[in-house]
Amino acid sequence: MSTTAVKPQPDADVKPREVQERVGLPDRIFRGIARASGITVLTIMSLVGLFLAFRASEALRAQGFKFLTDQAWEPDSRNFGISAILIGTFLIALVAITVAVPLAIGTALYISEYAPRRSKQLLISLVDLMAAVPSIVYGLWGLFLLQGRVTGISRWLTTHFGWVPFLHVDGFDSSDPLAGPAGTLTSSTFIAGIVVGLMVTPIATSVMREVFSQAPAGEREGALALGATKWGMIRSVVLPFGKGGIIGGTMLGLGRALGETITVYLIISPIFSVQPHILETGASSIAATIAGKYGAASAFGTSALFAAGLALFLVTLVVNFIAASIVANSRSGAVSDA
Amino acid sequence: MPELNNPEDPFTRRVTGPGTTVVATVSADASATRPRSISGLRRSDLLALGGSVAASLSLVTLLFTQLAPLSGPVGFVVLSYVTFLGIYALLISFDESGPVVRDRIVAAVVHSLAFLLLAALLVIVAFTAYRGIKALVHINFFTQDLTNAGPLDPLSVGGISHAIVGTLIEITIALAIVIPLGITCAVFLNEIPGTFARFVRTIAEAMTALPSIVAGLFIYATLILILGLPKSGLAAALAISVMMLPIIIRAADVVLRLVPGSLKEASLALGTGQWRTVWHVTLPTARSGLMTAVILGAARGIGETSPVLITAGYTASMNTNPFSGPMVSLPLAAFNLVGNPQVTSIQRAFGAAMTLLLVVLVLFVIARIIGGRGAGNLTKRQAAQRAKESERDATRFSQRDANTTGSTRT
Repeated sequence: MSTTAVKPQPDADVKPREVQERVGLPDRIFRGIARASGITVLTIMSLVGLFLAFRASEALRAQGFKFLTDQAWEPDSRNFGISAILIGTFLIALVAITVAVPLAIGTALYISEYAPRRSKQLLISLVDLMAAVPSIVYGLWGLFLLQGRVTGISRWLTTHFGWVPFLHVDGFDSSDPLAGPAGTLTSSTFIAGIVVGLMVTPIATSVMREVFSQAPAGEREGALALGATKWGMIRSVVLPFGKGGIIGGTMLGLGRALGETITVYLIISPIFSVQPHILETGASSIAATIAGKYGAASAFGTSALFAAGLALFLVTLVVNFIAASIVANSRSGAVSDA
Repeated sequence: MPELNNPEDPFTRRVTGPGTTVVATVSADASATRPRSISGLRRSDLLALGGSVAASLSLVTLLFTQLAPLSGPVGFVVLSYVTFLGIYALLISFDESGPVVRDRIVAAVVHSLAFLLLAALLVIVAFTAYRGIKALVHINFFTQDLTNAGPLDPLSVGGISHAIVGTLIEITIALAIVIPLGITCAVFLNEIPGTFARFVRTIAEAMTALPSIVAGLFIYATLILILGLPKSGLAAALAISVMMLPIIIRAADVVLRLVPGSLKEASLALGTGQWRTVWHVTLPTARSGLMTAVILGAARGIGETSPVLITAGYTASMNTNPFSGPMVSLPLAAFNLVGNPQVTSIQRAFGAAMTLLLVVLVLFVIARIIGGRGAGNLTKRQAAQRAKESERDATRFSQRDANTTGSTRT
């Protein structure tokens, strides 16, 4: 017969000591100040959204659903919408990401896997420095140096791949030697995208490098011990481990590319209709529109610009949240947070 | 297994008896037992690399000059690179297996991508310096403003002193707001964890990618449109603050999270309150990291043009009062100057951009000298100082012990 242990009745005399956390006055003041700073930051951040929405409401009410579908930007004749500039923003960001992702993955892999141990810290600093280079410097470089060099590539692309819809250039005739790049191929989505791509590469690189370098050493050594080449090890250990970092870094870069203002403004020649031909002169972006139009805008026009700013704000917020959650939920993110 | 007792092999662990450890003897013929090198370069690798570079360059030069109607430096570089990869793969495949060929090709591509990015950085800096040097060599570029210098005036008249002063004033105001608020908020996120702190952290992280023009629009909407203040240096500084705040919170949060918990617990176990622990343990431990966070945030804030563009206005003359009248900063001056097509104006724009780049570079180098160390890692001098202090404490303790034992005995 089995015995059942009866839980002993708690003795009335033996009680756990009550632990009283006595928080002194300085600590209470400290906690109060700390909480207040948190609340302040939260307030500022939500005010940004609220004020944008408040100022935009006039334009949004006047235009209604047409705000999302119209292409023109003539607020004073009540004819405006963000479809063209929103699509333009995304096209520039997509070109930027296409440029940035291979560069970022290559550089991140080089720093975390190939670079000599001693030069690693220097390389990381250089990439960080590249992220801190002011946007006006990138803009001047793109406008005065890159543009002249890139039109050659644009010309070649549209000559040989003009049948691809988005690489087509209206009014470009490759057999006509006088139809130079001057009129049709400068100030395009493509050129702006390349410069913005270089700007966001360091941000994406540092996220990816961080994640790659956290790939578990045991698994790396296991792969090498099984006879894998370095690339075999990278493909079977580092890249699967860093998948979240690659996607997250890309999204983070995308978020930055969407909001880039001055570089894009300096390079593109703005148009307000959907421009799907990325090599052709004329492009548009929300941020560049705001920078270009705010000076001469009427009260209602300013409200329309605020509406555009609100749209940009919401889009980048969504992209960013997705990026943050992908990085946080990936295996690598879980390791780094622990 | 006979290899186990091979006395020639230094890498086998031999068990001669229970509990006996025998130190491996290094054999005379060490070359036979060297571990496999996975990264070393062999002569054939270098030859294959050099050979394929030479072959691709000659082939593409032949194509461009004699065989095909091709031209242009960009096309030359791209075609040479593709040809190089092909020839390199072919050369390696002569004496290596498929996986090794793929490994070498990927290594070549990864190296060239990293090289391309660093080359781009170098070109950007060098190009700005090259175009800006014509303006920078004139001393008056740093000592005068543009009041008396029109777009057509030579570079020996006028300068960007107003923009330099404006930049300094704006960033000082912005840092005066952001450093206390941002670091207190980061301390809050780490010291008072909970649902609310997690929420604030999520929002702050999402805001790090706040488009800078939206930060400018926010200040424009509140300060200028609603409160009716004019465009001024203060408005620009506030716009920069809104942009920098999440960046600094996030960086400081990461740094504070790295402070070892054992240090804080030791402090708390000695009976110190939370506030004293933060002030005397957490913040000093993270000091270098916090400095780096602030300096990098300042570098970002100085370089942003778009929030300033909307809120600061533009002037060609010196204005040291942030509360009234437009105030110009370096990026804004460069942006406005490049809008004029005159040669001197564009040279001035590059001069301003180069000055800005130099400021950012200096800030960056300072940040790297201060930072780059984890929490609690000391410089040599700090370590020596700590050692001296603890030595002094030790002698004090031993003297006190000697005194007390002496007094109890007598």
